[in-house]
Amino acid sequence: MNEASAVPEAGVVSTASLGAIFYTFLTVGAISFGGGAIAYLREYIVSDAKWLDDDGFLDGLEISQTLPGLNTVNMSVIVGDKLRGIPGAIVAALGLVLPGAAVIMALGIAWGPQAHNPNVRYFLIGVASAAVGLLTTVTLQLGHKQIAKPLDLGIILVTFIAISIVRVPLYVVLLVIGPAAVWLYRPSAHHEGLEERARHLRERLRHRHAMYIRQ
Amino acid sequence: MAKLLNLTWVFALLALLAVGGGTAVLPEMQNMTVRHFHWITDTQFRDMYSLGQVAPGPNMTMVLLIGYHVAGLLGALVVGLAFFLPDCVLTLVAHRLWNRWGDSPWRGSIQHGMAPVAIGLMAAGTFAVARLSIFNLTSLLIAAAVFAVLAWRHVNPALLVLGGGFAYALLPHVIHMFPHH
Repeated sequence: MNEASAVPEAGVVSTASLGAIFYTFLTVGAISFGGGAIAYLREYIVSDAKWLDDDGFLDGLEISQTLPGLNTVNMSVIVGDKLRGIPGAIVAALGLVLPGAAVIMALGIAWGPQAHNPNVRYFLIGVASAAVGLLTTVTLQLGHKQIAKPLDLGIILVTFIAISIVRVPLYVVLLVIGPAAVWLYRPSAHHEGLEERARHLRERLRHRHAMYIRQ
Repeated sequence: MAKLLNLTWVFALLALLAVGGGTAVLPEMQNMTVRHFHWITDTQFRDMYSLGQVAPGPNMTMVLLIGYHVAGLLGALVVGLAFFLPDCVLTLVAHRLWNRWGDSPWRGSIQHGMAPVAIGLMAAGTFAVARLSIFNLTSLLIAAAVFAVLAWRHVNPALLVLGGGFAYALLPHVIHMFPHH
């Protein structure tokens, strides 16, 4: 491990102190709302601080999206690890999560006694309704290419129906539909243009996250 | 103590099942916390989710409120660790091993196969929130308005979510100012 870390990792442009990593992720954790954190991370880490280059960042994003968990938290671990190893990963993840955790606890404690106040209840119903519009947008943005492909659309519908209508437990879905879907795309399946689709996926990733970056 | 143990395994399991992110795991979270353990009601689940929408940072910090509701500050801490730590460790290990699998043709298969599964799970998560919040024309219009605005241009989601909250809280008052009779 030591020998490996002596060699600069691909995608890393410059070093960063633990304090600077923590402060950067704390800032992103405090100012990002509604799923835009990846765009802020890219702005701070690639464009401003120049700790990573774009390829290094996108390689990390590819890993963080494939693994279970919140994309932004996974990404903070990867960026922190690239920059300063395990201590870097710890301060990055903590920095990202702490502001939101503090705010939600404050909101939760204030909300408790007010839970039956009609104005508060209506406000939160409206927030949830707005979130439905936001979630629909995000899901379509991520999935519009898949929706246009019959095989992928089939997998999407089977997954959706299993969870929402039949109420199959999630672990069953992941243990049955997940491997089946991977098998349908097994290396010997020779789907037309698999390479091309891989390129499309990367392009979309770039596009999607570029979209969130404030000009 | 039993409660803390249950909180730990439930949220650690949810963390490992969160393929496709936080939204994808919402239906199962609702299943476990509302229907199975009866820690909270559907309404509380929705309200905690909404509070999470107006907090900054990763969108699932609302899990802390479930822990807090069940077992106080210690419950919030336990849930926070159980929900965030497993995926952080998994990511750290996977990041370090990733390049060894770099050339396996199965990596592409996993990404292509799991992408539509993740989309289906996100759709199910969206539907779960909709089932808890869209129950009249006003709430439907708010969801549709947010969708339309985002299709038109990029607006900070925080503003849209706050706008939805104020719209739903204030619209009945506005309508009552213009009575039909």
